[in-house]
Amino acid sequence: MSYTSLAESTAELFNTGMLELEHVHKSFAGRTVLSDVSLTIPKGATHALIGSSGSGKTTLLRLTLGLIPFEKGYVKINEQPLSSFTPIEWADRIGYVPQEGGLFPHITGKQNVSLVPGLRNWPAARIDARVEELRALVGLDTTILARFPHEMSGGQKQRVAIMRAAMMDPPVMLLDEPMAALDPLIRSTLQEELKSIFQRLGKTVLIVTHDLGEAVFLAERITLLHQGRIIQTGTYRELLLTPADPFVSSFINAQRSLPDVSAVA
Amino acid sequence: MKKLLILLCVFLFSSAMAADRPIVVGSKIFTEGYILGEVAAQVIEASAPPVPVTRKLGMGSTGILFQSLSSGAIDVYADYTGTLTEAIIKNPDLKSQAEIQAALAKLGLVMSEPLGFNNTYALAIREAFARQNNIRTISDLARLKTARAAFSYEFMDRADGWPGLAAAYHFAVPPRNVNRMEHSLTYQAIDQNAVDVIDVYSTDAKIRKFNLRVLDDDRAYFPVYQAVWVARKDFVERYPAQWAALQKLAGTIDVSTMLDMNAEADIEKHSYSQIAAKFLGAESHTSDTLTSRIAHRTVEHLWLVAISLLFSIVIGVPLGIAAVRFHATGQAILLLSAMIQTVPSLALLCFLIPLFGVGTRPALVALCLYSLLPVVLNTFTGIRSIDPRHLENARAFGLNSRQILFRITLPLASPMLLAGVKTATIVSIGTATLAALVGAGGYGAPIVSGLSLNDVPTILTGAIPAALMAWLAHGLFEILGKILIPGGLRVRP
Repeated sequence: MSYTSLAESTAELFNTGMLELEHVHKSFAGRTVLSDVSLTIPKGATHALIGSSGSGKTTLLRLTLGLIPFEKGYVKINEQPLSSFTPIEWADRIGYVPQEGGLFPHITGKQNVSLVPGLRNWPAARIDARVEELRALVGLDTTILARFPHEMSGGQKQRVAIMRAAMMDPPVMLLDEPMAALDPLIRSTLQEELKSIFQRLGKTVLIVTHDLGEAVFLAERITLLHQGRIIQTGTYRELLLTPADPFVSSFINAQRSLPDVSAVA
Repeated sequence: MKKLLILLCVFLFSSAMAADRPIVVGSKIFTEGYILGEVAAQVIEASAPPVPVTRKLGMGSTGILFQSLSSGAIDVYADYTGTLTEAIIKNPDLKSQAEIQAALAKLGLVMSEPLGFNNTYALAIREAFARQNNIRTISDLARLKTARAAFSYEFMDRADGWPGLAAAYHFAVPPRNVNRMEHSLTYQAIDQNAVDVIDVYSTDAKIRKFNLRVLDDDRAYFPVYQAVWVARKDFVERYPAQWAALQKLAGTIDVSTMLDMNAEADIEKHSYSQIAAKFLGAESHTSDTLTSRIAHRTVEHLWLVAISLLFSIVIGVPLGIAAVRFHATGQAILLLSAMIQTVPSLALLCFLIPLFGVGTRPALVALCLYSLLPVVLNTFTGIRSIDPRHLENARAFGLNSRQILFRITLPLASPMLLAGVKTATIVSIGTATLAALVGAGGYGAPIVSGLSLNDVPTILTGAIPAALMAWLAHGLFEILGKILIPGGLRVRP
């Protein structure tokens, strides 16, 4: 088997799939945290889940990753529910990019990226070919991968973390606050690049964030979560023009730090 | 992990089960004991048929040697009739040799004929003071009201020591003239004319060194402490030729011969094997120089530290991990290992002797227990200080508990863990000197015998190498840190 063919492969060859949440219900010690949450992200789409702290978005993220159990409902990838997979099988189907990249501090970028395939007994040549392919895709310099996380910039860490999440070629990627820790200038550059990386990967992407700007820029559709319930799912335009609830408008207005051009004029 | 534990257990018990073992000669922990032990060892080595001999010299006091004889850890050693009746038979009224032999036979022990000298308590005074006051006997001294005395604690407290002596001779010395002192310091006191009379053992080399006169016990007050060999009955039966060779020494070592040999060891610093060989009229065939002695002790000391450390890591790291996982158990583990630390080392060794006998094994157990706390505590603290998000991320990536432990948790805790092992090592190197108290050898042997003789150079032959070893260990851990701690944790921005 030749791995060079993998390196030459194009975006169309990456795995992708539909992510669904159906009537998910979760409570902690009798207190409801998520109530009847349903969400469908079609194959290859980029979706943002947005909500302020306490909205239940972190709980949703953790149960989607299979880290915590939930009482009712289903989480499915390509119509197969989480419960039909082993933890390892599920982990290989969702590429997770934690906040600030979440790289393990004791090992180099390359070792972080190779950790999981190594544990799955991939041969070194296959790992190297995959690393090289993804490195080119996220636009990282080879020398960066030899560094330890504390020697990398915020943007470099984020890219290494995306490589790590994509190593097992999961159909779905899950990103937690991808821009939160970056300063504004790097943010705008990286936003552009992230968008193009997602396009090149062609994966189904769920971004969990509290930041409306980030959600609007990166995702085609947005779901607003408030007090454990989905208030509205739609494009930014839909949320802006036909808010399902007064909370939608107040959330959007609260996040607009700068006035509209029209308002200034 | 399981395999390793089984292996360690096998190792622990294998030494007890070794079938064809050499003859083991023990000795008490003072100069005369060492010399007589060496004499016995060389006599057995020279006898036919040849049998290998193991020397376990300087094991401790009568109690420990009796334990070792009973358990079979040693086969033969030299002791004194007075000590045997008091400490082992516990019947000081037994006087005749036949009575003592019969009482020992009931304990499975055999006693030889006396070797020829009586190492009993005696009173000693400065030669000048003796001439000035014309004193030859204890009766002469008893009449002197102005004499100032310094007696050891043991001598002051034993019924057959000062209280009985003062009554038997009607001493005129007022009580305020009698000082209680550490025995080894009484020689300094009498030498500097701070006191006039001290208690001594009749064969003590320092009698010569400080030019003291031993007073005649003209009323035959002091009990008799004839030196004899004491052996296990099964040793006497299995090795009749060797026992006969030892018996042949009966009556050949008189007080002055023993005094000479003690002086050669304590004052001229000849090695015990040289002194024994000279007495036996043979050339010493063991090249027992200071360097070879230190080398031998280094091996013993390293062995003690390395094995006990291995055990405390194998036990302590899993305990530390368990302490993080199970909260209540964890607190109990931490409290218990902290409590062990507060048990004084001598007390701990006392508890361990009935369980593990004497020699290397109780010493290893004690050292292992003492080095447990830093290992457990640092493992616990190291793991607890890891950002919990890393552990959750690892689970999200599909790592199982074992992979998380070995790939994430332990590497991230490794700087702390290694610091704990380093502390344990350096503490162990120091504490291992106490192993000499139960006959495990190491650098403690010269320290303990040096302390009892108030002999600083001897103490230093143990203390300096121990300090050097601690220093080397420090350096070793610097290197180990570079190898074992993952690169990303070594330099923090």
